[in-house]
Amino acid sequence: MAVEQPDRDSYTGYLTTGHEWSGLKELDTPVPRVLYFFLTLAFLFSVGYWVLMPAWPLGVTYTRGLLGTDQRALVKASLQDAALERGVWSKRIETEDFAAIQSDPKLMDVVRETGRTLFGNNCAACHGVDVKGGPGFPNLTTTSWLWGGKPEDIFNTIRVGVNSAHPDTHVSQMPAFGRDQMLAHKEELDVVSYVYALSHPGAKDVDPVKVEAGKALFAANCTACHGPDAKGNPDVGAPNLTDRFWIYGGDFETIDTTVWGGRQGHMPTWESRLSKLDRKILTLYVVDKRMPGP
Amino acid sequence: MSLFGVHYRVERKAIGLTLAIIGVASIGGLVEIAPLFTIHQTVEDAPDMRVYTPLELAGRNIYIREGCYACHSQMIRTLRDEVDRYGPYSLAVESKYDHPMLWGSKRTGPDLARIGEKYSDQWHVAHLNNPRDVVPVSVMPAYTWLLTTELRTDDLGLHLKAQRAVGVPYTDDMIANAAVDAYAQANPDSPQADGVIKRYGKATTMRAFDGNPSHLTETDALVAYLQILGRLTDAAHRTTAQAGIEQ
Repeated sequence: MAVEQPDRDSYTGYLTTGHEWSGLKELDTPVPRVLYFFLTLAFLFSVGYWVLMPAWPLGVTYTRGLLGTDQRALVKASLQDAALERGVWSKRIETEDFAAIQSDPKLMDVVRETGRTLFGNNCAACHGVDVKGGPGFPNLTTTSWLWGGKPEDIFNTIRVGVNSAHPDTHVSQMPAFGRDQMLAHKEELDVVSYVYALSHPGAKDVDPVKVEAGKALFAANCTACHGPDAKGNPDVGAPNLTDRFWIYGGDFETIDTTVWGGRQGHMPTWESRLSKLDRKILTLYVVDKRMPGP
Repeated sequence: MSLFGVHYRVERKAIGLTLAIIGVASIGGLVEIAPLFTIHQTVEDAPDMRVYTPLELAGRNIYIREGCYACHSQMIRTLRDEVDRYGPYSLAVESKYDHPMLWGSKRTGPDLARIGEKYSDQWHVAHLNNPRDVVPVSVMPAYTWLLTTELRTDDLGLHLKAQRAVGVPYTDDMIANAAVDAYAQANPDSPQADGVIKRYGKATTMRAFDGNPSHLTETDALVAYLQILGRLTDAAHRTTAQAGIEQ
């Protein structure tokens, strides 16, 4: 029921909506001023944002804004800044040889700090945060290296990987002597006994007769890769079987599993994922973590 | 307050008020829909983009089923620390065949947009079986049963068909051979392996992902999917190279 004349409430002094139901009227209380203030502020902010930042689509293009902000350009600039910041040491690590860097304590501090992050992001998943590996993944703090432990060797292994997709990859596979019936079950146990005895000199829990029989079988089947002295061969990635370091485990059962089913480890290539500088830092980081002595 | 005077008058005209409501309500739609008409100018194309193989698609379905997206994103943002850690930032075109996309919005675990071929299959198998075996501090649940659960393949052709309905260019040949191709991809020595290469290209990863070619498990599918993440196209690497970001 519209009332033409504005009706003012005598108690509050505000206008009413002009409606009346059974003697009840509704106040038309004005919106608080503070709300208008923030509404205006938000409005002005939007207008400013539209002018300064990329905002409106225009057919085949869009309004780019006075600031010319571009997320891709921003990240590019910040990456370049970061590279520039690193420039004080990155040039030296890139150009100097391993021995020169290792003899410079300041550069090695950089290697330890940057290497820790790089290793944590890329290598620790398999080789562990403590660089000590785990079952199936080599411990890198030892002196036992499948593909050579010199910095140059490690640098190359990081580049090409092992059994990876890289064209120059290290390739290695231990055959499944048991599963593929290259050794009879008894022969397999003899070889395992011999290999177990190699790394456990004076072990009482193996039969010397089996060890002796295993020695001949080892010479016939295993020396091509592991060498006549069983000390391995870094050219084919064959591990040294005489030391106390094992990738899959050096107990009798695990050695038996290895001889029965063979082994083929994989390490990805890092050439496409990490820069030469990063790979060099990782090499130095790993060498630095190596335990002293043989 | 003349603006509110207008409102006062509009409110009293039914047609005017209806038109005003329609006008205001369509702003949101226009802002979101209008840019899509020019998407070819704003989103770079990737002519080398591959489609997911049936095995990878099955792995993707397991990824969704197990809720991996709740803790893992697949979206590298244009931020320095993310590019430094994960690699080139994600492009829209990389999700071209993702239905639904799995960008995610939360990272309890790391981003997985470029996890493909970063770690070995053996690592993925060990990690899915029990994450603590390889990452002692991990809070990820163990997905032990994936290694012993046979992958269901009889419906893979239908999954491919559904993907085709929303724009993924699967051919009739691919749909008809989906189940066979899933087996063959994880069994590269099988006689059917050539068919996978023929249909999906030389770049297809052909491996016994879980280490056992005689059984096709859910681990095979999930690892095949994880190993292809970020590798369906090189577009992101090209864009970064153009921008002059040298890694």
